[in-house]
Amino acid sequence: MSLDRNQPEVADAGLGSSSVFQECLSGFGWAAPWIHKLKQDAWERFQRLPAPHRKDEQWRFASVQDLALDSFRLPVVAGDSSAGVPSFDAIRNASARMVFHDDALVEAPRLPDTLREQGVIYCPMDEALREYPELVREHLLTRLPGIGSQKYESLHAALFHNGTFLYVPANVEIAEPFITVHWSGLDDGTALFPHTLVVVGDNARATVLDLFQSVDPGTRHFVCGVSDVYAGAGSHVHYETVQNWNLNTVAFHLNSASAERDAALKSITVNLGSAHTRNEQHCRILGAGASVDTDSLTVAKGTQEIDQRTLQTHSAPNGHSDLLFKNALLDDARTIFSGLIRVDEVAQQTDAYQTNRNLLLSDTAEANSLPGLQIAANDVKCSHGATTGSIDDTNIFYFLSRGIPRRMAEELIVFGFFEEIVSRFDNDELSDFVRELVQNKFRN
Amino acid sequence: MSDPATNTPETEAPGLDFDRDIGNFHYDTKYEHDAGVGLRPETLDYIADVKGEDDWIRAFRHKALKIFESKPIPTHWASKDLEAIDYDKIRYYLSTGQRPTRSWDEVPDDVKKTFERLGIPEQERKFLAGVEAQFDSEASYSNMKEELAKQGVIFVGSTEGLMEHPEIFRKYFGKVIPAGDNKFSALNSAVFSGGSFIYVPPGVKVKQPLQAYFRINAENFGQFERTLIIADEGAEVTYMEGCTAPKFETTTLHSAVVELVALKGAKIQYITVQNWSANVFNLVTKRGMAMDDAEIKWIDCNIGSRLTMKYPGVVLRGKNSRGEVLSIALAHDGQHQDTGAKMVHAADNTTSTITSKSISIGKGRATYRGLVTMPKHLQNCKNNTECDALLINDNSCTDTYPAITVRGDGNSVQHEASVSKVSAEQIFYMMQRGLKEEQAMSLAVNGFVNDLIREFPMEYSVELKRLIELEMEGSVG
Repeated sequence: MSLDRNQPEVADAGLGSSSVFQECLSGFGWAAPWIHKLKQDAWERFQRLPAPHRKDEQWRFASVQDLALDSFRLPVVAGDSSAGVPSFDAIRNASARMVFHDDALVEAPRLPDTLREQGVIYCPMDEALREYPELVREHLLTRLPGIGSQKYESLHAALFHNGTFLYVPANVEIAEPFITVHWSGLDDGTALFPHTLVVVGDNARATVLDLFQSVDPGTRHFVCGVSDVYAGAGSHVHYETVQNWNLNTVAFHLNSASAERDAALKSITVNLGSAHTRNEQHCRILGAGASVDTDSLTVAKGTQEIDQRTLQTHSAPNGHSDLLFKNALLDDARTIFSGLIRVDEVAQQTDAYQTNRNLLLSDTAEANSLPGLQIAANDVKCSHGATTGSIDDTNIFYFLSRGIPRRMAEELIVFGFFEEIVSRFDNDELSDFVRELVQNKFRN
Repeated sequence: MSDPATNTPETEAPGLDFDRDIGNFHYDTKYEHDAGVGLRPETLDYIADVKGEDDWIRAFRHKALKIFESKPIPTHWASKDLEAIDYDKIRYYLSTGQRPTRSWDEVPDDVKKTFERLGIPEQERKFLAGVEAQFDSEASYSNMKEELAKQGVIFVGSTEGLMEHPEIFRKYFGKVIPAGDNKFSALNSAVFSGGSFIYVPPGVKVKQPLQAYFRINAENFGQFERTLIIADEGAEVTYMEGCTAPKFETTTLHSAVVELVALKGAKIQYITVQNWSANVFNLVTKRGMAMDDAEIKWIDCNIGSRLTMKYPGVVLRGKNSRGEVLSIALAHDGQHQDTGAKMVHAADNTTSTITSKSISIGKGRATYRGLVTMPKHLQNCKNNTECDALLINDNSCTDTYPAITVRGDGNSVQHEASVSKVSAEQIFYMMQRGLKEEQAMSLAVNGFVNDLIREFPMEYSVELKRLIELEMEGSVG
């Protein structure tokens, strides 16, 4: 593999320029001094950190030349930001819902009184910073993934101004999901910084869904989103994201999921859109007996590049983590899966698994797989597996021998490949919604 | 299974002894040629002058030195321990004489003593087709059975090979592993000396293995042997190497380059048992190129050294070629075995297999690092990789870092890795039947590597088992 010579450009223009930061900061005139300091420090860190390079192990195989920031700017809301935003009604059963358009709130959440009375908070991030600064401060940007995109984490911290805040107090159990829909496309060339912070108290239960979509298939966007899901002791948390930006979008989705003692945290990611996505997921076993499941499904076609980096950190004993990343590739698409299980010395009796399955459906698609283990405790069960291949001829033969034509057989096999993840959503509406998106993308 | 407790060094049967204590001795040797300490262009000229090398070899060395100097130490992915190597304190060339002796009686007495302790002449008498023993920079003894020479097999040192048979060796020298491949292959290309150049003519099947022993005797010495094995169409050869060094307080560097070329339908098997003492940095580049229908198999066993970085590879250039790596690594306190394999598929219907087993004892660290690539438009390439790690103590460490790149829908790759410890049930079962805990543990560990060890030639597998038992001593409780 020849190392890439192209130098990434993070020029002092567009998003990378100080005037943009000042512009962002001026919108925070009302905010507490700690928020200003947090943003100022982040901006300095962003400027100090080097741009990613392929020679860096955490950027191995990745493209870096399309990460230039100079042609993007912050969205300016003039007039009604809800103009042109399609209605979204694929999932009707929800505890509450919020809709953003280029980080501007266009549909405020209507939280049922019963939840409000129990102390549940579900609101846009800027409102949370204003109304519940101390609650937010305890968690905000304290658990970043840190798997190579530290520069972009800093950029996010400096420039973000909106997103989702969900707080579920201890012992409150909520069945229906909280849904946040992010649309891009208010204007061409805008940069979005959606932030999601989910804090679920001890023994509570909640499901959160983030949907990322574009209004217009033609507009160019840069997205740098961060999500942080925190599951308190004994809690049950589901976090699901569907990324379906338009094909002119370069997106960072930098996620972290942390589980305290005996908590069960499940996350599912679906990657369909964007020209280039860098998705980082860091799962942390913080307390004994915690369990984290991380699943992901990607369908990449055309010249899409989906770059996935994961880290499962076990820093407490008796933890369990299981990760399954499935990628289907068509045309000239590229995927990278780089995963690491890290088991600290104290994390004895850990069970940790990591699986990456790549299905190549064209002669020019490229799947890179870097499954890693770093084990410092001896009484553990850890394994990883990675397979890359195409549709098995014997499977096709089975269908053909039963009178099912080849094309349909292939489609059924591929849908079966997706189904393993799709059926893990514990929400039928969401499963149907994702199934349709995935199948449409595959068929067209 | 014999009782492990009786397998102490004192009661060992004669044979291939490569356990660490047997290798831990050295003789004061007067060297006729000494390139001094430090690495400068003059060092290269000194080596080339002593050897009387042609100008193109000298130019090759100088070019490689420039590459070595321009390349950074690869600590962005490798162990920071590499920074502990002080290239200015190393002696790059030491020899007692230029020509290896063909008869054992002519070998100087002290050198003979060294190799007799290692059991070389005995081995030769027993079964070897050819043997070479390298003492620091140069081969001190080299012999091959006459019948092989009659068949046209060539088995010589690196300089001799390049000077006397340029028509055979020059074509492939530095082609499988160019000087610029990595920092340490560049270093080797600059100061290489000794090693084995082997050519097996078309259709010749060398039934018994050819063998080489590498011995570092001097303190602060760097050994840079260079091996090139060419198996012509339909030829077959097995090569075994063993290495030892005494325990010095200071660090010693061993940086070899091994190139294998298997032409159409040829088979090469390369077996290494590495048992350097724990002060040796062992940074070796090994790669083979397999043409149509050829097969290259690396059997790599790493037990000694302070830090080993070695990823034997096969470039599958010809259709239907096959590559295989079997790797066993044992990392004890203070050791880091960073081993693995590379498989580069470059033709249709090529298959490769990697099987790696590592054992970490005490504070030892075993790392598997692998690379598998399949370019687009190829059909029916297959790779299967399995790596298993066993952790013995609470503070043992293991890492696995494979990198797999597959393009196109005609190929398939499978990779699996697991990490575990010896299960308490197994130990309990054996102790219940009267074995001590240490014996039970040793037996379980031997079971873990048993299916790989069976692939080794018999003499090696017996010794390996015993060596693992020795290494396990005192690791329990």
